[in-house]
Amino acid sequence: MKQKTIFIAAIILLGVAFIGATQFYRSHKAQQAEQSAARNRESLVRFHSPTMGSADAPVHIVEFLDPACETCAAFYPLVKKLMAENPDKIRLTVRYAPFHRGSDEVVKALEAARKQGKYWQALEALLAGQASWTLNHTARVELVWPLLVREGLDVARIRNDMGSAEIARAIEQDLADGLALNVTKTPEYFVNGRPLPQFGFDELKALVREELAKAAAGN
Amino acid sequence: MGNDSTMAGMRGIGAGAGQGGAAWTCAFAAWLVAALSVLGALFLGEVMGYAPCVLCWYQRIFMFPLVFVLAAGLFPLDPRLVRYALPLAAAGWLVALFHTLLVAGIVPERASPCSQGVPCSQVQLELFGFLTIPLMSLAAFSVINILLIATYLKTRQ
Repeated sequence: MKQKTIFIAAIILLGVAFIGATQFYRSHKAQQAEQSAARNRESLVRFHSPTMGSADAPVHIVEFLDPACETCAAFYPLVKKLMAENPDKIRLTVRYAPFHRGSDEVVKALEAARKQGKYWQALEALLAGQASWTLNHTARVELVWPLLVREGLDVARIRNDMGSAEIARAIEQDLADGLALNVTKTPEYFVNGRPLPQFGFDELKALVREELAKAAAGN
Repeated sequence: MGNDSTMAGMRGIGAGAGQGGAAWTCAFAAWLVAALSVLGALFLGEVMGYAPCVLCWYQRIFMFPLVFVLAAGLFPLDPRLVRYALPLAAAGWLVALFHTLLVAGIVPERASPCSQGVPCSQVQLELFGFLTIPLMSLAAFSVINILLIATYLKTRQ
């Protein structure tokens, strides 16, 4: 009997220690992320970043995304829905974190599509049809063209514009800012400069709700 | 306890209550080290987000079942648990040894089975200036092997 007591006590002790260490580590990390985001506020938004929504919206979501990332594709419609549910209250800025192989080429194509005034259509088409141009977590830019043609984009022009130094600089800046803000996974969201305490759509919604309430109280 | 010695008698261990207790303590300690290692591996992988390399996976494959095999042999103490657990512990020890030598640079990287993902020779964590993850794994497997051999010797007495 005594042996069983020791065994069960050990299991409980190990479980409690594991959960405690996990909680401690997570809260420590969340605190660190918040501090680093506050320190690097100027890295959050740059002039070149594509932005959608009302300019004086009280809540500003900055999303670091990789067009080839599956979770980004899954979350994008959810964020759009969140924006539709709170009209004129949320602004969205897209920053790039092309972590998948070949993804930087796709980002260049997106930025080139922007010159034709069809950035958001292009982004949505690429995210929706992601499975058709990503193979084994590798982005294949040549498979992207049919999707863009369907959106009425001039692919020949995109291929010509993709190589511009301006686009390369913008991507470089996004990567550097992502590094400064400790973005290691995509998608990463910042709501009015605050990072998610833990990844998840519910966490994003909660943070947006908090910031909306703050703005409503301020008015 | 009367009950315990009947059990021991039934199983033909021929050990007194005191010796059975010592064997049980060794087996339990081995289980405890294995459980700690598994939780440690899960903490590094799932909480801290370190991606396990190929060799880490093989060590996990040998360490994780030990927790269940050893626990199953503890109530009542089954001396044959050594027979079932030792092959896992020995194989895990060999992988851990190879990994430690690889990280130390004694085995060349070319000879390792890592080609994609996280290279096994990359040091992701170093505690107190010397304690790397493979070294912790080697230490854990060494202790488990020693404890299992001790369990075997105690049950044979």
